[in-house]
Amino acid sequence: MKRKKRTTKQRLADPKSSFEVKRRDFFKLLGGGIFVYFSTRNPSDLLALPLAQRREVPTDFNAFLRIDEDGTVHCHTGKIEMGQGPITSLPQQMADELDVAIESIKMVMGDTLLCPYDMGTWGSVTTRIFSDHWRAAGAEARAVLLELGSEYLEIPVKDLQVKKGIISSLSNPKKQVSYGELAKGKRIERFMEVKPDVKDHTQFHYVGQPMLRTDSNLKVTGAAEYTGDIKLPGMVYARIVRPPSHQVKLKSVDYSEAEKMDGVQVVRDGELMAVLHELPDVAEQALSLVKAEYTTDEMEVDDKSIFEYLLNVPADSREIESEGDLATGEQEADHIIEGEYHDGYKAHATIEPHVALAHWEGDKVTVWASAQSPFFMAQEETAKELGLELENIRVIAPFLGGGFGGKIYNPQVVEAVKLARLAKKPVMVAYTREEEFFMDYFRYATVIAIKSGVTREGKMTLWEFNQYHAGPRGSDTLYHVPHIKRTQFSDKEGGPPVHPVLVGAWRAPHANSNTFARESQIDIMAARVGADPVQFRLDNLTDEKMIKVVEALRDKFGYTPAAGPSGRGYGMALGTDAGTWVAVMVEVKVDKKTGKVQPIRAVVSQDMGMCVNPQGTRLQAEGCVTMGLGYALSEDVEFKGGEVITENFDTYLLPLFDVVPEVIDTVILDRQDQPPQGGGEPAIICMGGAIANAIFDACGARLYQMPMTPERVLDGIRLAKE
Amino acid sequence: MEQLIRFTLNGKQEEITIDPTLTLMWVLRDQFDLTGTKYGCGAAVCGACTVLIDNEAIRSCIVPVSEVDKLEVVTIEGLSSNGQLHPLQQAFVEKDALQCGYCTPGMIMNAYGLLLNNPEPTRQEVIEGMEGNLCRCGAHIRIIEAIQSAGRVMQKGQKS
Repeated sequence: MKRKKRTTKQRLADPKSSFEVKRRDFFKLLGGGIFVYFSTRNPSDLLALPLAQRREVPTDFNAFLRIDEDGTVHCHTGKIEMGQGPITSLPQQMADELDVAIESIKMVMGDTLLCPYDMGTWGSVTTRIFSDHWRAAGAEARAVLLELGSEYLEIPVKDLQVKKGIISSLSNPKKQVSYGELAKGKRIERFMEVKPDVKDHTQFHYVGQPMLRTDSNLKVTGAAEYTGDIKLPGMVYARIVRPPSHQVKLKSVDYSEAEKMDGVQVVRDGELMAVLHELPDVAEQALSLVKAEYTTDEMEVDDKSIFEYLLNVPADSREIESEGDLATGEQEADHIIEGEYHDGYKAHATIEPHVALAHWEGDKVTVWASAQSPFFMAQEETAKELGLELENIRVIAPFLGGGFGGKIYNPQVVEAVKLARLAKKPVMVAYTREEEFFMDYFRYATVIAIKSGVTREGKMTLWEFNQYHAGPRGSDTLYHVPHIKRTQFSDKEGGPPVHPVLVGAWRAPHANSNTFARESQIDIMAARVGADPVQFRLDNLTDEKMIKVVEALRDKFGYTPAAGPSGRGYGMALGTDAGTWVAVMVEVKVDKKTGKVQPIRAVVSQDMGMCVNPQGTRLQAEGCVTMGLGYALSEDVEFKGGEVITENFDTYLLPLFDVVPEVIDTVILDRQDQPPQGGGEPAIICMGGAIANAIFDACGARLYQMPMTPERVLDGIRLAKE
Repeated sequence: MEQLIRFTLNGKQEEITIDPTLTLMWVLRDQFDLTGTKYGCGAAVCGACTVLIDNEAIRSCIVPVSEVDKLEVVTIEGLSSNGQLHPLQQAFVEKDALQCGYCTPGMIMNAYGLLLNNPEPTRQEVIEGMEGNLCRCGAHIRIIEAIQSAGRVMQKGQKS
């Protein structure tokens, strides 16, 4: 490993500085030990910066660690664990950079007081962006510790080695000192002025090795703590009065009956009204006694008419991509194909709903919350809504029972903080499933209209892609087409929001719908010219990375060419997301009498750069395939205007055990020498397209709308016969 | 009106004087601090709150606490003994059969009920037995494997 020449500088704390006082508070909170601060950007100490400045550059140095006397390494990160595995993959990287045993690492996550600022856990950024800072932190800490060890052992750094947190002389390993021993009785702050390089992939011990989750023992015994599991003396449960629709206003409310119930407290802060009781069952009963009247929801649009509505509602348009000339592309084509693709609203439907527990002490409030973004959304939103100083709000995100983008939004935090202030006692806001569906920021309903041209030899000439009211992520053309135009239609500036319900980020935002549309259209063209759909893709791709991903997919699947529909039920889709190149192939059986689609197997192929934890990657890929089957085959939100009619899992149909294919294989291309990319989202984007294409291959039915329910499959089969 | 309810909870005799209409799930969580039993839907359609009542896997979110009077209740906390994981828990760990872990206690308790009735289920029998339990992270194929594997271990344990 090459290391740059480096110098260190020791800084003494100035007790007069207010920031230093704060820092001492941190020390008190964290206990004794050696404290290592480091920064990639400048030698200023992250915690010594005023809070506002710490937030100015959210990509700035984002982690710190503390080493106990016994060698335990406490790692602090604003990232949270919602199931996708940073609790395992971050220690793998830190252990390698620091040269400690992974078992000695203890993670402290998602606590705005104890952890450095972090924007949030989303967008597959934990590995592809955050880990740069994280690994650099480990490398720098190791360098500082080596300096300290060198002074302690009176041996030059170049003659030292580190193994499992023990620094020893290269020539005489008995001369040694542990990281923990160096900490004994000392509190030293240092930083490297010139940061050392992170390790080369050939030097990793943990990174690249499959590791089982490190939080399983807690989770299989029921000991893992989620927000709703936290108890405080005197705490009450809140049930909030919700409107029947997002498009109505409160006219009047009468909660006198609820107030008469023993032990029930009613609190109101403007539009926010809640009944409180120490027992959730009683709070629920009290809520049923509240009589609230609302204005009428005037919006007519529903889950049937939404697509026509999205196409016709006044909108602004924005060009995303333009190449060549559409008219020329049309002339050069032998076949012009037009497809209009529909995708309805999808819920995050995490099994843990949104939960927050707020506890005031004087002018400070602590909130435990199922939040993907404890700093950025939970803490900042609360500060804004209540006019509080950020310093007076501590948000702690324990384990999250799933997120997928839905827990970026934390209205429950603001609600709990407001209610607790009024009630003068700790308040738990735990959404019911009905509330969760109503308050969810759904994946956007959208229409995608594509006009494409292809020659009879199978060369694409034209690609006109119009995206209505979702977003362009995942709509890259990817194939080599000389004449391209991509346009995004969105809310008219200054106009009312187009979507009648709440919409937001859903695991790989927009990419699921866009990939479904593009990859369906590609398959239609392949079928039109009588080409094998896999070869057709390879023939129109020039991106070497994607070609390798597709070839690896084809080989793992054991695919042999055939023009569709081949009757075999094979379908593929490809895409890029979060820096990862991905392709998925599935095999399905279609029951032509009932329209039921049964996935048989799935293969995921991805080039994700360096893979930190191949086991975690497989879990994510399998999760993406499985979750993706839900939106592809069964999940849909029923609504009318701003009223969300879907209320529970009896009508919002998550994939059940019988839908999941028996085999999900994952091919991870060996790119350990490349920077790491996202692994939490990529594979899911392919599921709609892969399933649609597999259905076509099985029975000739072309489906243009998700979810591809049995009724729609039967309609497709009927149309194919005509 | 409050009522005295006596029942066995994780092998221990318990009694509590309480409003008998309260939901078993909330009573377990709030009165006995057994928070491994999770709220997911409140309508017995997700399985996160599954406990064993007289060896049968039941959704505790729709059961009034009065129903368990004189009966035997086992929650996820009662499955391991002396710090030793139950073979089902062990199999979930070894197969990495979970992600966020929120549905996991319910999955394990439902699987436990299943294995009590059918010690060595086929893959298809596991699928049918687990249809009422939802997992959003998509750990399904690993959960099926874990249950079958635990079934085999439990059978071996009984025979030896």
